[in-house]
Amino acid sequence: MYNLEELYQEVIIDHNQRPRNFGKLDSANKTAEGYNPLCGDQITLYIEFNDTVIKEIKFYGSGCAISKASASLMTESISGKKKSEAMVIFNNFRNMITKTSESKFDPDILGDLEILKGVSNFPARIKCATLAWHTLKSMLDNNDQTVTTE
Amino acid sequence: MLDINKIRNDFPILSRKINGKPLIYFDNAATTQKPISVINSLTDFYTTYNSNVHRGVHTLSMQSTDLFEEARNRVAKFINSQRSESIIWTRNTTEGINLVANAWGKKNITPGDEIVVTAMEHHSNLVPWQILAETNKAKLVIIPINDDGTLNLNNIDTIINSKTKIVSVVHMSNSLGTINPIHELCEKAHKVGAKFLLDGAQSAPHMPINVKDYDCDFLVFSGHKMLGPTGIGVLYVKPDILENMEPFLTGGEMVLEVSYEKASWNELPMKFEAGTPNIADAIALGEAIIYLEKIGMEQIREHEIELTNYALNKFEKLNNLTLFGPLDSSIRGGIFSFHSEYIHPHDLGTFLDNEGIAIRTGHHCTMPLIRSLNIPATSRASFYIYNTKDEIDYFIQSLQNAIKYFTHDK
Repeated sequence: MYNLEELYQEVIIDHNQRPRNFGKLDSANKTAEGYNPLCGDQITLYIEFNDTVIKEIKFYGSGCAISKASASLMTESISGKKKSEAMVIFNNFRNMITKTSESKFDPDILGDLEILKGVSNFPARIKCATLAWHTLKSMLDNNDQTVTTE
Repeated sequence: MLDINKIRNDFPILSRKINGKPLIYFDNAATTQKPISVINSLTDFYTTYNSNVHRGVHTLSMQSTDLFEEARNRVAKFINSQRSESIIWTRNTTEGINLVANAWGKKNITPGDEIVVTAMEHHSNLVPWQILAETNKAKLVIIPINDDGTLNLNNIDTIINSKTKIVSVVHMSNSLGTINPIHELCEKAHKVGAKFLLDGAQSAPHMPINVKDYDCDFLVFSGHKMLGPTGIGVLYVKPDILENMEPFLTGGEMVLEVSYEKASWNELPMKFEAGTPNIADAIALGEAIIYLEKIGMEQIREHEIELTNYALNKFEKLNNLTLFGPLDSSIRGGIFSFHSEYIHPHDLGTFLDNEGIAIRTGHHCTMPLIRSLNIPATSRASFYIYNTKDEIDYFIQSLQNAIKYFTHDK
């Protein structure tokens, strides 16, 4: 049995109520959409790249507390980072959430994102936490298609 | 009045604790729990009668055939079908509709024909017709709905017209709880020479069903939503239509005579039951029907009207959420879909699970309908014979706690 508080940490509730970097970004030179058809969650990511650096990032859309908080925390963690650095964060985050066999992650790299670790104990909610991240990855991979979690 | 405590004692799972709290099972529109008599029927079959049905000359095969066909007769009586040959075993409602769309539809739908469904259909009563319409170059026409979740029949005589070949309608909406005017729609279909399919997945478990009274041509429902096991469902077809239908799946059991070049078809209903059927689950569904009939379908409907009125009254007092579907329990089943701008359905589902309450969240296999409500998903609580007013009270209280949990500043 897992505690609800472990999933919905105060910081998560806070980011759900007051998402950071929420809205459209006019200066974006890259956008991508993520969609979870099963729950209807939808997210659009806007990034202004300065060469290989994520100069500014914003997100917009609708979703549950987990998906919104995850997107919000993601924008904070990768803003100002190089693409390659963002990719490292992505891999660490994915490993933390999905708890696969070789899922090692470095808490120092994740920083505040470790707050979302509790999601890994709620398998039905993992897709909520990863929607924004898969959308980000498709941008880093230069894929223009809408990302779905299915 | 049902003796709910006595009924609850028949369901072993209801004594389970979920996350340390007594289970409140409000996901009955997805699947219902099973009484001990149904569970015992499954073990009983495999320990005492297990054998393949039909054509066997040994004792076990004859006994299993008897039990299997007895269950079919029981289903026929349950829906007031004159002939048990009209009852075809399927896996579920979805397979029943696919069978009709393929075995009846492919032969009878011609270019320019129209197929009519409603805006509140489950994907299972929408997608097979989309495919049939595309392959047979027919048009799929949708009966719209009103804001209160009832069908909008203003233009029904234009929608059901001389080009209409089949009208396929859900009896009770799994997303809204709406009970549709079946007599009226069936009559309109027949008036223009169209067939009428009734999707009874949500109605057959909760109210008396009478195919003779409705005069429907097809009826489909699932065993697992009415106390039976998963993997067994029913398709009823009017005898004269069934006789002219081509087989759906082919192979063993459904043939009479086979040469290397060709085959002839077995008699009804076996013609539509290719391969070894789901014997144990069909027999257990018969046992579920015995259980339901012992309580009485009228009594079950009455109990659910009482729960529905009780819940409607509670929901009316909540100003932080929107309830979908009609507010009149005479045209609504015990299904409560709602949305709150303060809490996402998935967060609510997780929160309530922590309180031991099982509800469903999402689009409930009615994506176009949910989209038309301009929300991403709904939360749905659905009741059955073993649910109580106390459970509804606890659910409403937990619902309020959940909204507080997600909106208050920590």
